[in-house]
Amino acid sequence: MIKLINVYKEYPRSGLALKNVSFHLKKGEFAFIIGPSGAGKSTVLHLIHMAEQPSDGEVRVSGYSSARMKRRDVPRLRRRVGMVFQDFRLLRDRTAADNLAFALEVSGAKRSEIKGKVQRLLAQVGLAARAGAYPEELSGGEQQRIVMARALIHDPVVLLADEPMGNLDERASRGVFDLIRDINSSGTAVMMATHDLELVRRYSQYRVIELAEGAIVYDSGNSNAES
Amino acid sequence: MPSHSVREAVAAFRRAPGLALLSATSIGLSLFVLGTFALVTYNVDVTLRSIERRVEVVAYLRDDISAAQLELLQNDVRSFPEVENVTHVSKFEAMREAMQQLEEFRDVFTDLEMNPLPASIEVQMRPEYRDPEAVARVGELMGLYPFVEDVRYGREWVNKIFQLRRLGGAVAAILGTAFAIVAILIIGTTVRMAVLARREEIIIMRLVGATDGFIRRPFLLEGFITGLIGGLLALLLTYGAFLVVDGSLIDLEWVPTAWTAAGVLAGGILGLAASGMSLRRHLISYA
Repeated sequence: MIKLINVYKEYPRSGLALKNVSFHLKKGEFAFIIGPSGAGKSTVLHLIHMAEQPSDGEVRVSGYSSARMKRRDVPRLRRRVGMVFQDFRLLRDRTAADNLAFALEVSGAKRSEIKGKVQRLLAQVGLAARAGAYPEELSGGEQQRIVMARALIHDPVVLLADEPMGNLDERASRGVFDLIRDINSSGTAVMMATHDLELVRRYSQYRVIELAEGAIVYDSGNSNAES
Repeated sequence: MPSHSVREAVAAFRRAPGLALLSATSIGLSLFVLGTFALVTYNVDVTLRSIERRVEVVAYLRDDISAAQLELLQNDVRSFPEVENVTHVSKFEAMREAMQQLEEFRDVFTDLEMNPLPASIEVQMRPEYRDPEAVARVGELMGLYPFVEDVRYGREWVNKIFQLRRLGGAVAAILGTAFAIVAILIIGTTVRMAVLARREEIIIMRLVGATDGFIRRPFLLEGFITGLIGGLLALLLTYGAFLVVDGSLIDLEWVPTAWTAAGVLAGGILGLAASGMSLRRHLISYA
Protein backbone atom coordinates (compact mmCIF):
# COMPACT_ATOMS: atom_id res chain seq x y z
CA MET A 1 0.00 0.00 0.00
CA ILE A 2 2.93 2.31 0.82
CA LYS A 3 6.18 1.46 -0.89
CA LEU A 4 9.47 3.31 -0.89
CA ILE A 5 11.80 1.93 -3.55
CA ASN A 6 15.48 2.92 -3.39
CA VAL A 7 14.59 6.43 -2.35
CA TYR A 8 17.21 9.17 -2.13
CA LYS A 9 16.47 12.68 -0.99
CA GLU A 10 19.01 15.43 -1.36
CA TYR A 11 18.64 19.06 -0.29
CA PRO A 12 20.68 21.74 -2.01
CA ARG A 13 22.18 23.07 1.21
CA SER A 14 22.14 20.26 3.74
CA GLY A 15 23.01 17.44 1.35
CA LEU A 16 21.70 13.85 1.42
CA ALA A 17 18.82 13.37 3.87
CA LEU A 18 17.86 9.87 2.72
CA LYS A 19 20.07 7.21 1.20
CA ASN A 20 18.61 4.25 -0.64
CA VAL A 21 15.57 3.84 1.62
CA SER A 22 13.18 1.00 0.76
CA PHE A 23 10.31 -0.49 2.73
CA HIS A 24 6.75 -1.66 2.23
CA LEU A 25 4.00 -0.77 4.71
CA LYS A 26 1.05 -3.07 4.33
CA LYS A 27 -2.62 -2.25 4.68
CA GLY A 28 -3.57 -1.74 8.33
CA GLU A 29 0.02 -2.15 9.52
CA PHE A 30 1.49 -0.13 12.42
CA ALA A 31 5.11 0.99 12.19
CA PHE A 32 7.30 3.20 14.33
CA ILE A 33 10.09 5.15 12.67
CA ILE A 34 12.87 5.80 15.13
CA GLY A 35 16.31 7.33 15.02
CA PRO A 36 18.16 10.39 16.28
CA SER A 37 17.26 13.93 15.21
CA GLY A 38 18.21 14.54 11.60
CA ALA A 39 18.12 10.83 10.75
CA GLY A 40 15.43 11.44 8.10
CA LYS A 41 12.23 10.40 9.94
CA SER A 42 10.26 13.50 9.01
CA THR A 43 11.59 13.40 5.46
CA VAL A 44 10.13 9.90 5.04
CA LEU A 45 6.72 11.12 6.24
CA HIS A 46 6.86 14.20 3.99
CA LEU A 47 7.67 12.02 0.99
CA ILE A 48 4.69 9.76 1.71
CA HIS A 49 2.50 12.86 2.08
CA MET A 50 3.95 14.03 -1.27
CA ALA A 51 4.93 17.35 0.24
CA GLU A 52 8.29 16.60 -1.32
CA GLN A 53 9.54 14.57 -4.24
CA PRO A 54 12.37 12.04 -3.96
CA SER A 55 15.62 13.03 -5.68
CA ASP A 56 15.88 9.45 -6.90
CA GLY A 57 13.82 6.28 -6.48
CA GLU A 58 10.05 6.03 -6.19
CA VAL A 59 7.40 6.52 -3.54
CA ARG A 60 4.09 4.68 -4.05
CA VAL A 61 1.06 5.48 -1.92
CA SER A 62 -2.31 3.84 -2.42
CA GLY A 63 -2.06 3.65 -6.21
CA TYR A 64 -0.23 6.95 -6.65
CA SER A 65 3.43 7.04 -7.69
CA SER A 66 5.84 9.91 -7.13
CA ALA A 67 7.29 9.16 -10.57
CA ARG A 68 4.01 9.88 -12.39
CA MET A 69 2.42 12.26 -9.89
CA LYS A 70 1.16 15.58 -11.19
CA ARG A 71 0.71 18.57 -8.93
CA ARG A 72 -3.04 18.45 -9.41
CA ASP A 73 -3.17 14.84 -8.16
CA VAL A 74 -1.62 15.74 -4.80
CA PRO A 75 -4.87 16.98 -3.14
CA ARG A 76 -6.62 13.67 -3.95
CA LEU A 77 -3.74 11.72 -2.43
CA ARG A 78 -3.79 13.94 0.69
CA ARG A 79 -7.38 12.91 1.29
CA ARG A 80 -6.19 9.32 1.62
CA VAL A 81 -3.28 10.18 3.90
CA GLY A 82 -3.94 11.79 7.30
CA MET A 83 -1.09 13.72 8.89
CA VAL A 84 -0.51 14.94 12.44
CA PHE A 85 2.40 16.97 13.80
CA GLN A 86 4.00 17.70 17.11
CA ASP A 87 3.01 21.37 16.86
CA PHE A 88 -0.71 20.65 16.20
CA ARG A 89 -1.30 23.31 13.51
CA LEU A 90 -4.80 24.37 14.49
CA LEU A 91 -6.34 27.70 13.51
CA ARG A 92 -6.25 29.82 16.68
CA ASP A 93 -9.26 31.95 15.73
CA ARG A 94 -11.65 29.03 15.27
CA THR A 95 -13.27 26.64 17.69
CA ALA A 96 -12.48 22.93 17.72
CA ALA A 97 -15.63 22.20 15.69
CA ASP A 98 -14.87 25.04 13.25
CA ASN A 99 -11.33 23.75 12.73
CA LEU A 100 -12.79 20.43 11.61
CA ALA A 101 -15.54 22.09 9.57
CA PHE A 102 -12.91 24.23 7.85
CA ALA A 103 -10.87 21.17 6.90
CA LEU A 104 -13.98 19.46 5.55
CA GLU A 105 -15.13 22.51 3.65
CA VAL A 106 -11.80 23.29 1.98
CA SER A 107 -11.35 19.72 0.87
CA GLY A 108 -14.64 19.72 -0.94
CA ALA A 109 -17.17 18.19 1.49
CA LYS A 110 -20.84 19.01 0.93
CA ARG A 111 -22.20 21.64 3.31
CA SER A 112 -25.07 19.42 4.36
CA GLU A 113 -22.67 16.70 5.50
CA ILE A 114 -20.26 18.86 7.44
CA LYS A 115 -22.14 19.33 10.72
CA GLY A 116 -22.93 15.67 11.25
CA LYS A 117 -19.45 14.58 10.32
CA VAL A 118 -17.83 17.09 12.70
CA GLN A 119 -19.94 15.77 15.59
CA ARG A 120 -19.09 12.19 14.72
CA LEU A 121 -15.34 12.96 14.58
CA LEU A 122 -15.41 14.88 17.86
CA ALA A 123 -17.16 11.91 19.52
CA GLN A 124 -14.61 9.52 18.00
CA VAL A 125 -11.73 11.40 19.66
CA GLY A 126 -13.69 11.83 22.90
CA LEU A 127 -14.15 15.60 22.69
CA ALA A 128 -17.84 16.00 21.83
CA ALA A 129 -18.26 18.23 24.88
CA ARG A 130 -15.43 20.57 23.82
CA ALA A 131 -16.78 21.42 20.35
CA GLY A 132 -17.09 25.15 21.10
CA ALA A 133 -13.68 25.58 22.74
CA TYR A 134 -10.88 27.54 21.07
CA PRO A 135 -7.45 25.88 20.80
CA GLU A 136 -6.00 27.97 23.64
CA GLU A 137 -8.80 26.75 25.91
CA LEU A 138 -7.85 23.14 25.19
CA SER A 139 -5.02 21.18 26.80
CA GLY A 140 -2.17 19.93 24.62
CA GLY A 141 -3.64 16.44 24.61
CA GLU A 142 -7.05 17.76 23.60
CA GLN A 143 -5.53 19.84 20.81
CA GLN A 144 -3.71 16.81 19.47
CA ARG A 145 -6.98 14.85 19.52
CA ILE A 146 -8.61 17.59 17.42
CA VAL A 147 -5.68 17.37 15.01
CA MET A 148 -6.19 13.59 14.80
CA ALA A 149 -9.89 14.08 14.17
CA ARG A 150 -8.92 16.44 11.37
CA ALA A 151 -6.53 13.86 9.94
CA LEU A 152 -9.37 11.33 9.88
CA ILE A 153 -11.97 13.44 8.08
CA HIS A 154 -11.55 11.61 4.78
CA ASP A 155 -11.19 8.12 6.29
CA PRO A 156 -7.55 7.86 5.25
CA VAL A 157 -5.81 4.59 4.46
CA VAL A 158 -2.83 5.66 6.52
CA LEU A 159 -2.21 8.05 9.41
CA LEU A 160 1.23 9.67 9.42
CA ALA A 161 2.23 10.99 12.84
CA ASP A 162 5.37 13.07 13.27
CA GLU A 163 6.28 13.01 16.99
CA PRO A 164 2.59 13.38 17.92
CA MET A 165 3.30 13.22 21.66
CA GLY A 166 6.46 15.33 21.57
CA ASN A 167 4.79 18.25 23.32
CA LEU A 168 2.58 16.31 25.73
CA ASP A 169 2.93 15.17 29.32
CA GLU A 170 2.84 11.48 30.14
CA ARG A 171 -0.87 11.21 30.82
CA ALA A 172 -1.90 13.13 27.73
CA SER A 173 0.61 11.11 25.69
CA ARG A 174 -0.94 7.87 26.83
CA GLY A 175 -4.40 9.11 25.84
CA VAL A 176 -3.25 10.21 22.41
CA PHE A 177 -1.36 6.98 21.80
CA ASP A 178 -4.40 4.93 22.82
CA LEU A 179 -6.39 6.92 20.28
CA ILE A 180 -3.79 6.19 17.59
CA ARG A 181 -4.04 2.46 18.42
CA ASP A 182 -7.84 2.67 18.20
CA ILE A 183 -7.56 4.26 14.79
CA ASN A 184 -5.15 1.50 13.73
CA SER A 185 -7.39 -1.25 15.03
CA SER A 186 -10.24 0.05 12.88
CA GLY A 187 -8.11 -0.68 9.80
CA THR A 188 -6.10 2.47 9.19
CA ALA A 189 -2.36 1.91 8.77
CA VAL A 190 -0.17 4.05 11.04
CA MET A 191 3.36 5.30 10.56
CA MET A 192 4.61 7.15 13.59
CA ALA A 193 7.94 8.91 13.99
CA THR A 194 9.04 9.02 17.61
CA HIS A 195 11.96 9.56 19.97
CA ASP A 196 10.26 7.59 22.73
CA LEU A 197 12.17 4.31 22.78
CA GLU A 198 10.39 3.24 25.97
CA LEU A 199 7.08 3.35 24.14
CA VAL A 200 8.55 1.41 21.21
CA ARG A 201 9.83 -1.28 23.58
CA ARG A 202 6.49 -1.50 25.35
CA TYR A 203 4.60 -2.10 22.10
CA SER A 204 6.99 -4.62 20.63
CA GLN A 205 4.23 -6.15 18.53
CA TYR A 206 4.49 -3.20 16.15
CA ARG A 207 7.01 -2.92 13.37
CA VAL A 208 10.08 -0.74 13.94
CA ILE A 209 12.08 0.98 11.21
CA GLU A 210 15.25 2.61 12.46
CA LEU A 211 17.03 5.33 10.51
CA ALA A 212 20.53 6.69 11.02
CA GLU A 213 22.06 9.38 8.85
CA GLY A 214 19.37 8.91 6.22
CA ALA A 215 19.66 5.14 5.85
CA ILE A 216 17.59 2.28 7.27
CA VAL A 217 19.77 0.46 9.80
CA TYR A 218 17.07 -1.80 11.19
CA ASP A 219 13.62 -2.93 10.01
CA SER A 220 11.81 -5.49 12.14
CA GLY A 221 9.36 -6.11 9.28
CA ASN A 222 12.03 -6.92 6.72
CA SER A 223 14.46 -9.77 7.16
CA ASN A 224 16.68 -8.36 4.38
CA ALA A 225 17.30 -5.08 6.17
CA GLU A 226 20.84 -4.12 6.97
CA SER A 227 21.75 -4.74 10.52
CA MET B 1 -25.21 31.06 1.61
CA PRO B 2 -22.21 32.50 -0.22
CA SER B 3 -19.43 30.10 -1.16
CA HIS B 4 -16.11 29.88 0.63
CA SER B 5 -14.37 31.96 -2.08
CA VAL B 6 -16.83 34.84 -1.86
CA ARG B 7 -16.79 34.87 1.95
CA GLU B 8 -13.00 34.84 2.07
CA ALA B 9 -12.66 37.52 -0.62
CA VAL B 10 -15.06 39.80 1.23
CA ALA B 11 -13.29 39.08 4.52
CA ALA B 12 -10.01 40.16 2.91
CA PHE B 13 -11.45 43.65 2.39
CA ARG B 14 -12.59 43.74 6.01
CA ARG B 15 -9.19 42.63 7.29
CA ALA B 16 -7.15 45.20 5.35
CA PRO B 17 -9.40 47.95 4.00
CA GLY B 18 -6.52 50.44 3.59
CA LEU B 19 -4.56 48.05 1.43
CA ALA B 20 -7.61 47.22 -0.69
CA LEU B 21 -8.30 50.92 -1.16
CA LEU B 22 -4.69 51.57 -2.21
CA SER B 23 -4.88 48.79 -4.79
CA ALA B 24 -8.22 49.96 -6.13
CA THR B 25 -7.00 53.56 -6.30
CA SER B 26 -3.85 52.63 -8.20
CA ILE B 27 -5.89 50.71 -10.76
CA GLY B 28 -8.39 53.56 -10.81
CA LEU B 29 -5.67 56.12 -11.59
CA SER B 30 -4.08 54.03 -14.33
CA LEU B 31 -7.45 53.53 -15.98
CA PHE B 32 -8.27 57.21 -15.46
CA VAL B 33 -5.28 58.09 -17.66
CA LEU B 34 -6.55 55.67 -20.29
CA GLY B 35 -10.11 56.95 -19.83
CA THR B 36 -9.10 60.57 -20.37
CA PHE B 37 -7.26 59.70 -23.53
CA ALA B 38 -10.17 57.56 -24.67
CA LEU B 39 -12.45 60.55 -24.16
CA VAL B 40 -10.10 62.81 -26.16
CA THR B 41 -9.60 60.22 -28.91
CA TYR B 42 -13.33 59.66 -29.18
CA ASN B 43 -14.04 63.37 -29.49
CA VAL B 44 -11.27 63.87 -32.05
CA ASP B 45 -12.91 61.03 -33.99
CA VAL B 46 -16.33 62.63 -33.76
CA THR B 47 -14.87 65.94 -34.99
CA LEU B 48 -12.95 64.21 -37.76
CA ARG B 49 -16.09 62.49 -38.97
CA SER B 50 -18.02 65.75 -39.08
CA ILE B 51 -15.12 67.39 -40.92
CA GLU B 52 -14.96 64.46 -43.29
CA ARG B 53 -18.62 65.05 -44.15
CA ARG B 54 -17.69 68.54 -45.22
CA VAL B 55 -14.62 67.53 -47.13
CA GLU B 56 -14.73 69.18 -50.52
CA VAL B 57 -12.36 70.27 -53.20
CA VAL B 58 -12.60 73.78 -54.60
CA ALA B 59 -11.14 74.65 -58.00
CA TYR B 60 -10.76 78.40 -58.63
CA LEU B 61 -11.25 79.28 -62.28
CA ARG B 62 -9.48 81.81 -64.47
CA ASP B 63 -11.58 84.86 -65.29
CA ASP B 64 -11.25 84.18 -69.02
CA ILE B 65 -12.82 80.71 -68.91
CA SER B 66 -15.43 80.18 -71.63
CA ALA B 67 -18.88 78.72 -71.05
CA ALA B 68 -17.91 75.65 -73.13
CA GLN B 69 -14.77 75.07 -71.05
CA LEU B 70 -16.76 75.39 -67.85
CA GLU B 71 -19.28 72.88 -69.16
CA LEU B 72 -16.50 70.47 -70.13
CA LEU B 73 -14.83 70.75 -66.73
CA GLN B 74 -18.06 70.17 -64.82
CA ASN B 75 -19.00 67.14 -66.91
CA ASP B 76 -15.52 65.65 -66.59
CA VAL B 77 -15.38 66.08 -62.85
CA ARG B 78 -18.88 64.69 -62.37
CA SER B 79 -17.75 61.49 -64.08
CA PHE B 80 -14.96 60.89 -61.52
CA PRO B 81 -15.93 57.86 -59.36
CA GLU B 82 -14.97 59.74 -56.16
CA VAL B 83 -17.27 62.67 -56.86
CA GLU B 84 -20.81 62.99 -55.59
CA ASN B 85 -21.78 66.49 -56.67
CA VAL B 86 -20.33 69.50 -58.48
CA THR B 87 -21.57 73.06 -57.92
CA HIS B 88 -20.56 76.09 -59.92
CA VAL B 89 -20.07 79.31 -57.94
CA SER B 90 -19.91 82.38 -60.21
CA LYS B 91 -17.87 85.49 -59.42
CA PHE B 92 -21.08 87.26 -58.47
CA GLU B 93 -22.17 84.44 -56.13
CA ALA B 94 -18.71 84.35 -54.58
CA MET B 95 -18.95 88.04 -53.79
CA ARG B 96 -22.46 87.71 -52.38
CA GLU B 97 -21.33 84.82 -50.15
CA ALA B 98 -18.29 86.77 -49.00
CA MET B 99 -20.43 89.76 -48.11
CA GLN B 100 -22.79 87.55 -46.16
CA GLN B 101 -20.09 85.69 -44.28
CA LEU B 102 -17.78 88.61 -43.62
CA GLU B 103 -20.28 91.30 -42.66
CA GLU B 104 -17.69 93.59 -41.11
CA PHE B 105 -15.95 93.92 -44.49
CA ARG B 106 -19.20 94.66 -46.36
CA ASP B 107 -18.17 98.29 -46.95
CA VAL B 108 -14.84 97.28 -48.38
CA PHE B 109 -16.55 94.93 -50.81
CA THR B 110 -19.16 97.57 -51.83
CA ASP B 111 -16.47 100.15 -52.51
CA LEU B 112 -14.61 97.89 -54.90
CA GLU B 113 -14.76 98.89 -58.53
CA MET B 114 -14.33 95.37 -59.78
CA ASN B 115 -15.01 91.94 -58.29
CA PRO B 116 -11.65 90.41 -57.29
CA LEU B 117 -13.10 87.04 -56.31
CA PRO B 118 -12.69 84.20 -58.80
CA ALA B 119 -15.46 81.91 -59.94
CA SER B 120 -15.06 78.34 -58.72
CA ILE B 121 -16.51 74.87 -58.81
CA GLU B 122 -17.04 73.10 -55.50
CA VAL B 123 -16.75 69.32 -55.54
CA GLN B 124 -18.42 67.18 -52.90
CA MET B 125 -16.85 63.78 -52.37
CA ARG B 126 -18.78 60.52 -52.08
CA PRO B 127 -18.78 59.33 -48.41
CA GLU B 128 -16.50 56.35 -49.10
CA TYR B 129 -13.89 58.67 -50.68
CA ARG B 130 -13.71 61.30 -47.94
CA ASP B 131 -10.13 60.52 -47.02
CA PRO B 132 -6.97 62.56 -47.57
CA GLU B 133 -5.71 60.34 -50.42
CA ALA B 134 -8.89 60.47 -52.55
CA VAL B 135 -9.25 64.22 -51.97
CA ALA B 136 -5.67 64.80 -53.08
CA ARG B 137 -6.18 62.63 -56.19
CA VAL B 138 -9.26 64.57 -57.32
CA GLY B 139 -7.56 67.88 -56.54
CA GLU B 140 -4.50 67.01 -58.60
CA LEU B 141 -6.61 65.87 -61.58
CA MET B 142 -8.56 69.14 -61.56
CA GLY B 143 -5.34 71.13 -61.37
CA LEU B 144 -4.33 69.68 -64.74
CA TYR B 145 -6.97 71.75 -66.61
CA PRO B 146 -5.31 74.93 -67.98
CA PHE B 147 -8.29 77.16 -67.11
CA VAL B 148 -8.12 76.12 -63.47
CA GLU B 149 -6.17 78.74 -61.57
CA ASP B 150 -5.76 76.96 -58.22
CA VAL B 151 -7.13 73.97 -56.32
CA ARG B 152 -7.73 73.99 -52.57
CA TYR B 153 -8.49 71.08 -50.34
CA GLY B 154 -7.68 71.15 -46.65
CA ARG B 155 -5.17 68.35 -47.11
CA GLU B 156 -2.60 69.45 -44.60
CA TRP B 157 -4.80 70.00 -41.65
CA VAL B 158 -6.78 66.81 -42.31
CA ASN B 159 -3.45 65.00 -42.16
CA LYS B 160 -2.48 66.87 -39.00
CA ILE B 161 -5.67 65.86 -37.22
CA PHE B 162 -5.06 62.23 -38.17
CA GLN B 163 -1.51 62.51 -36.83
CA LEU B 164 -2.72 64.16 -33.64
CA ARG B 165 -5.13 61.30 -33.05
CA ARG B 166 -2.39 58.72 -33.55
CA LEU B 167 -0.09 60.63 -31.20
CA GLY B 168 -2.84 60.77 -28.56
CA GLY B 169 -3.30 57.02 -28.87
CA ALA B 170 0.42 56.37 -28.46
CA VAL B 171 0.73 58.64 -25.41
CA ALA B 172 -2.31 56.96 -23.84
CA ALA B 173 -0.85 53.52 -24.47
CA ILE B 174 2.54 54.41 -22.93
CA LEU B 175 1.21 56.26 -19.87
CA GLY B 176 -1.59 53.74 -19.38
CA THR B 177 0.86 50.85 -19.50
CA ALA B 178 3.16 52.54 -16.98
CA PHE B 179 0.28 53.12 -14.59
CA ALA B 180 -1.03 49.61 -15.17
CA ILE B 181 2.37 48.15 -14.23
CA VAL B 182 2.35 50.18 -11.00
CA ALA B 183 -1.18 48.93 -10.30
CA ILE B 184 -0.15 45.32 -10.96
CA LEU B 185 2.81 45.67 -8.57
CA ILE B 186 0.64 47.16 -5.83
CA ILE B 187 -2.09 44.53 -6.21
CA GLY B 188 0.60 41.84 -6.35
CA THR B 189 2.00 43.09 -3.05
CA THR B 190 -1.47 43.23 -1.50
CA VAL B 191 -2.14 39.64 -2.50
CA ARG B 192 1.28 38.59 -1.27
CA MET B 193 0.57 40.12 2.14
CA ALA B 194 -2.83 38.44 2.19
CA VAL B 195 -1.15 35.12 1.40
CA LEU B 196 1.34 35.69 4.24
CA ALA B 197 -1.43 36.68 6.65
CA ARG B 198 -3.28 33.47 5.84
CA ARG B 199 -0.19 31.28 5.78
CA GLU B 200 -1.45 28.94 8.50
CA GLU B 201 -4.78 28.44 6.78
CA ILE B 202 -3.10 27.75 3.46
CA ILE B 203 -0.78 25.18 5.03
CA ILE B 204 -3.74 23.45 6.65
CA MET B 205 -5.74 23.59 3.41
CA ARG B 206 -2.85 21.87 1.61
CA LEU B 207 -2.55 19.40 4.49
CA VAL B 208 -6.12 18.21 4.26
CA GLY B 209 -6.20 18.05 0.47
CA ALA B 210 -7.66 21.35 -0.76
CA THR B 211 -6.99 21.78 -4.48
CA ASP B 212 -4.81 24.60 -5.83
CA GLY B 213 -7.88 26.10 -7.47
CA PHE B 214 -9.79 26.14 -4.20
CA ILE B 215 -6.93 27.89 -2.42
CA ARG B 216 -6.40 30.38 -5.24
CA ARG B 217 -10.01 31.32 -5.92
CA PRO B 218 -10.60 33.70 -2.98
CA PHE B 219 -7.39 35.60 -3.80
CA LEU B 220 -8.27 35.81 -7.50
CA LEU B 221 -11.77 36.97 -6.65
CA GLU B 222 -10.28 39.58 -4.30
CA GLY B 223 -8.05 40.85 -7.13
CA PHE B 224 -10.97 40.91 -9.57
CA ILE B 225 -13.22 42.85 -7.17
CA THR B 226 -10.39 45.29 -6.35
CA GLY B 227 -9.89 45.81 -10.08
CA LEU B 228 -13.61 46.37 -10.69
CA ILE B 229 -13.70 48.97 -7.90
CA GLY B 230 -10.67 50.61 -9.53
CA GLY B 231 -12.46 50.55 -12.88
CA LEU B 232 -15.54 52.23 -11.38
CA LEU B 233 -13.31 54.82 -9.71
CA ALA B 234 -11.67 55.54 -13.08
CA LEU B 235 -15.11 55.90 -14.63
CA LEU B 236 -16.13 58.41 -11.95
CA LEU B 237 -12.89 60.39 -12.34
CA THR B 238 -13.15 60.44 -16.13
CA TYR B 239 -16.79 61.49 -15.99
CA GLY B 240 -15.87 64.19 -13.47
CA ALA B 241 -13.17 65.48 -15.82
CA PHE B 242 -15.68 65.37 -18.66
CA LEU B 243 -18.20 67.46 -16.69
CA VAL B 244 -15.55 70.03 -15.78
CA VAL B 245 -14.23 70.43 -19.33
CA ASP B 246 -17.46 70.03 -21.29
CA GLY B 247 -19.09 73.39 -21.99
CA SER B 248 -16.54 75.46 -20.13
CA LEU B 249 -13.46 74.82 -22.30
CA ILE B 250 -14.78 72.93 -25.29
CA ASP B 251 -17.90 70.97 -26.16
CA LEU B 252 -17.32 67.27 -25.68
CA GLU B 253 -19.32 64.15 -26.32
CA TRP B 254 -19.34 61.34 -23.70
CA VAL B 255 -17.92 58.03 -24.93
CA PRO B 256 -20.28 55.16 -25.90
CA THR B 257 -21.58 52.89 -23.10
CA ALA B 258 -19.69 49.91 -24.51
CA TRP B 259 -16.42 51.80 -23.93
CA THR B 260 -17.24 52.53 -20.28
CA ALA B 261 -18.26 48.90 -19.68
CA ALA B 262 -15.03 47.73 -21.33
CA GLY B 263 -13.03 50.15 -19.14
CA VAL B 264 -14.54 48.91 -15.88
CA LEU B 265 -14.11 45.29 -16.98
CA ALA B 266 -10.49 46.05 -17.91
CA GLY B 267 -9.98 47.03 -14.26
CA GLY B 268 -11.33 43.67 -13.14
CA ILE B 269 -9.12 41.78 -15.57
CA LEU B 270 -6.08 43.81 -14.51
CA GLY B 271 -6.77 42.92 -10.86
CA LEU B 272 -7.29 39.27 -11.73
CA ALA B 273 -4.03 39.13 -13.69
CA ALA B 274 -2.08 40.85 -10.90
CA SER B 275 -3.42 38.37 -8.32
CA GLY B 276 -2.73 35.42 -10.59
CA MET B 277 0.89 36.47 -11.15
CA SER B 278 1.47 37.12 -7.46
CA LEU B 279 -0.09 33.79 -6.46
CA ARG B 280 2.04 31.85 -8.92
CA ARG B 281 5.14 33.21 -7.22
CA HIS B 282 4.09 33.07 -3.57
CA LEU B 283 1.68 30.18 -3.17
CA ILE B 284 4.01 27.61 -4.65
CA SER B 285 6.26 27.76 -1.59
CA TYR B 286 3.60 26.13 0.59
CA ALA B 287 3.92 22.52 -0.42
